[in-house]
Amino acid sequence: MSIARFWRETPRRYNLGGSKCGNCNTVYFPPRLVCPTCPQHRATIEKMVPFQLSGEGEVVSFTVVQDAAEGFEMQVPYVLALVRTVEGPVLTGQVVDVEPKDVAIGLKVKATFRKLREEGKAGVIHYGYKFTPAAAPASAAGPRGPVEPVRPTEATARDRAVA
Amino acid sequence: MKAGIVSYGAYVPRYRITPTEIGRVWGVDGEGMGQGLNVICKSVPAPDEDTITISTEALRTALIRGAIDPQAIGAIYVGSESHPYAVKPTATVVAQAVGATPNLTAADFEFACKAGTAAIQTCLGMVGAEMIRYGVAIGTDTSQGAPGDALEYSASAGGAALVIGRDRVICRVNRTVSYTTDTPDFWRREGQKYPSHGGRFTGEPAYFRHVTECAKAMMDAVGASPKDYQHVVFHQPNGKFPQRVGRQLGFNDAQMRYGLVTPFIGNTYSGAALIGLANVLDHAGPGERILMVGYGSGAGSDGFDLETTTEIATFDRSFGRPVQEYLDQGVELPYAVYAKFRGKIHMGET
Repeated sequence: MSIARFWRETPRRYNLGGSKCGNCNTVYFPPRLVCPTCPQHRATIEKMVPFQLSGEGEVVSFTVVQDAAEGFEMQVPYVLALVRTVEGPVLTGQVVDVEPKDVAIGLKVKATFRKLREEGKAGVIHYGYKFTPAAAPASAAGPRGPVEPVRPTEATARDRAVA
Repeated sequence: MKAGIVSYGAYVPRYRITPTEIGRVWGVDGEGMGQGLNVICKSVPAPDEDTITISTEALRTALIRGAIDPQAIGAIYVGSESHPYAVKPTATVVAQAVGATPNLTAADFEFACKAGTAAIQTCLGMVGAEMIRYGVAIGTDTSQGAPGDALEYSASAGGAALVIGRDRVICRVNRTVSYTTDTPDFWRREGQKYPSHGGRFTGEPAYFRHVTECAKAMMDAVGASPKDYQHVVFHQPNGKFPQRVGRQLGFNDAQMRYGLVTPFIGNTYSGAALIGLANVLDHAGPGERILMVGYGSGAGSDGFDLETTTEIATFDRSFGRPVQEYLDQGVELPYAVYAKFRGKIHMGET
């Protein structure tokens, strides 16, 4: 991703900056300039105001990524989730600081600030939001124990073999 | 002083590794090493955590606890020896991420382990001179020791942020003094991945001399003695040095109880004294006096005579996690995963 493009998205990625319709109070993320919910779209153009999401929400769906995209190899297996925020918008983001087996639909999460990717060893570092469980999961709250490696599912292992 | 601490927050990554596990890999008695250092385990940052993310988490906690408008922040200084960029400030990313930009000044500080306390002094000056309303001092590190080196058994990750202001001060700063010399006990040259150190030379002529002299100068300056303090916080490169220097100065274990966090999370370098102070503030009531003495190799110590106010009784600590949770909880890693997380494995890159 170009430096300029990422920089333009900084308010969204760093601070969950969305927008809110001053007419019907619907919240949008990423921000919109026009409210698609209101019947008179054009009448809302001047009424859209910046709105920062709280970062609180719950998992509505998720997947455990075993074959990572470039730059995420060090983090497999990791959880990518759709999170419905308390304000309404659904965001896609990683859920970190949790074992994949402890993630479930309905899990309460909150936004955290993490490194998203690096443009190689010498390039710029991109930061932004990810999610962590809102409450420390039981496996992390008890006495310290070793991390259990998560085995790939049969389907994933088969996919790999095919690839 | 007019200026004092109005809010604070700390953050320590979730993962831990024990000296026993590190020693197992290098054929060393890791358990004995841990006992010698008084380090039970040390924190390890996740692959997506660094000084910028840890600083941001700590400061966000501090701002919410203190109900502080980020736009009222006039300065952010981040002290660290593990800034992600050699050139490009950590402080600008942190400022943007907490919504403090654009009307503020920001910079990164480096003075080995005492860059965070140096940032506090700078903020005290600027806030006290009424140049700014709030100043933010952060001490954070994700430091590394070379594989197998003695440092690897303690070098960890974590940080804390203090908001310095004049109104609703929860902890007054009565006085601060420093003690600084040119002492080559620990260093990292430009472009080097891991630091070098003078072995036993890091003890008496470095840590003990500077911390002791600074603590004495601090107490002399305010006419105090160890019995006047409820709490004492020293820089803590391991769990042993601060206990020894504390006893030498005449402090007892009860005074050091909350300020000593390294045995449970390792040496967080620039974060160490500040996380210790955050733990003290988590437990302190009004009118409790605290002596804090930071130390940074190279070398210098900053001393602070602090006293909690009645404001701390109503201070809302409910947001964010108390330091004690970071000391109690964590997920242990085997050495191989730790090595992967810390980038110690050569991946074939040139």
